[in-house]
Amino acid sequence: MNLTLKIWRQKDSKTKGQMVDYKVTDISEHMSFLEMMDVLNEQLFAQGEEPVAFDHDCREGICGMCSMYINGEAHGPDRGITTCQLHMRMFNDGDTITIEPFRAAAFPVIKDLVVDRSAFDRIQQAGGYISVNTSGNTQDANSIPISKHAADEAMDAATCIGCGACVASCKNSSAMLFVGAKVSQYALLPQGQVEAADRVKNMVAQMDLEGFGNCTNTGACEVECPKGISLENIARMNRELLKASI
Amino acid sequence: MALSAIFLMIFLIIHLAINFLSVFSPGLFNEASHFMGTNPLIQFGLQPVLLVGVLFHFIMGFVLEIKNKKARSTAYVKNNGAANSSWVSRNMIWSGAAILAFLALHFYDFWAPEINIKYFKGDMSGLLNPADVNSDFRYYQELVHKFADPVRVIAYVVAFVFLALHLLHGFASAFQSMGVSSIRKKQIQMGAKIYSIVLPLGFIFIAVYHYFNH
Ligand code: HEM
Ligand code: SF4
Ligand code: FES
Repeated sequence: MNLTLKIWRQKDSKTKGQMVDYKVTDISEHMSFLEMMDVLNEQLFAQGEEPVAFDHDCREGICGMCSMYINGEAHGPDRGITTCQLHMRMFNDGDTITIEPFRAAAFPVIKDLVVDRSAFDRIQQAGGYISVNTSGNTQDANSIPISKHAADEAMDAATCIGCGACVASCKNSSAMLFVGAKVSQYALLPQGQVEAADRVKNMVAQMDLEGFGNCTNTGACEVECPKGISLENIARMNRELLKASI
Repeated sequence: MALSAIFLMIFLIIHLAINFLSVFSPGLFNEASHFMGTNPLIQFGLQPVLLVGVLFHFIMGFVLEIKNKKARSTAYVKNNGAANSSWVSRNMIWSGAAILAFLALHFYDFWAPEINIKYFKGDMSGLLNPADVNSDFRYYQELVHKFADPVRVIAYVVAFVFLALHLLHGFASAFQSMGVSSIRKKQIQMGAKIYSIVLPLGFIFIAVYHYFNH
């Protein structure tokens, strides 16, 4: 297929960016979206132009690096996928595709489509862990009985890959789905109980400090999340915060 | 936000219940209005709480909107909000602002004259003619008089449509904000539909009923 791409180009974090139009031809419908971008970049490279910078690593939907806001949606029009898992068969010959970086004050653009998501790392560092003594006397985790229900829910929450699609999709740029998942994966397990109150308070405080907005329950994050993290995790985080504050 | 919203939603049920009396029995409506208007516990206990609740809710609503706008410094060139969220959930500030405009009219219509008669003119009798103890209560007559004007009736109907839109998202949203588990999601969504459609319809019915019956 032949496509017109409208892509956000921005030299660096300080320069003002703008949308630039490109044409790509002979794109196979079996290509992934990133492969289509590779084709464009080879073309630009051959013409002596600066290739479009975009994040990617695993290209199999597990690292969370590939971002991109495609035709007004994080990771494009498909569901339960990252951009590397988006196939070109979701588009038609002759389409114009708008490609922008994830937008949030807390995710500043570094270059073109690459944004700085280290705010998520700092939220994790504020409490997204359990303190375990690894001196050699560590208790075997399997010796602590955990109900199937709790284990499954904790595992579901833990599948969050920190991609930031929730923030990008939310009209408030709220990070509550991410933080809700990271709080929940421990809140549901006995190992997470000791630090539970500090964890939720510190992570929420860091989230606010980073300049993310507040959740108004539009549910956009849940729909766009590649891992199907549910809104229940936000409700659980709110419960945990209430419990920790009173 | 959620707590003030739940408080307002409970208040609206009581408000609707009393208004409905005006359809069945002007006498009962008058009695209830007089009680609510003169009982010191309600006037000096609940009324200030309600005023603070309304003020808190819409001021925090605006603060929330401004903060959330600031969290996205550069807007998207193309954003397909409809792909992942409902129109009502994305426009709470506009349905809220419409309700606020209505509240200004509503206070001008009923609350301000009421406060004027009772606390500035000092007439706590609630009678049409305070000099004549045998005259009727004035509340029902005032209500009927207000809804004789078609422009006002239309304004009220439009406002309640906005209230319905606000609550179609707000009802369930308030429970989610307070951390209520999604195990009850189905019941809450059902409750939201019933409350946010039946309650505004009730208010609309009363306004229209008085317009056509007098
Ligand atoms: C008096 C009638 C009103 C009722 C019954 C009501 C009800 C609600 C409910 C249930 C919520 C959800 C709370 C939550 O998500 O935690 C809400 C949120 C909100 N309300 Fe109201 N409200 C009323 C008036 C207003 C007014 C006058 C405004 C003025 C602008 C307003 C603006 C907002 C905003 C901005 C939100 C937050 C957005 C959101 O949660 O999605 N509301 N309201
Ligand atoms: S909650 Fe979903 S959308 Fe948000 S960071 Fe995690 S995986 Fe990505
Ligand atoms: S490149 Fe790793 S998830 Fe897309």
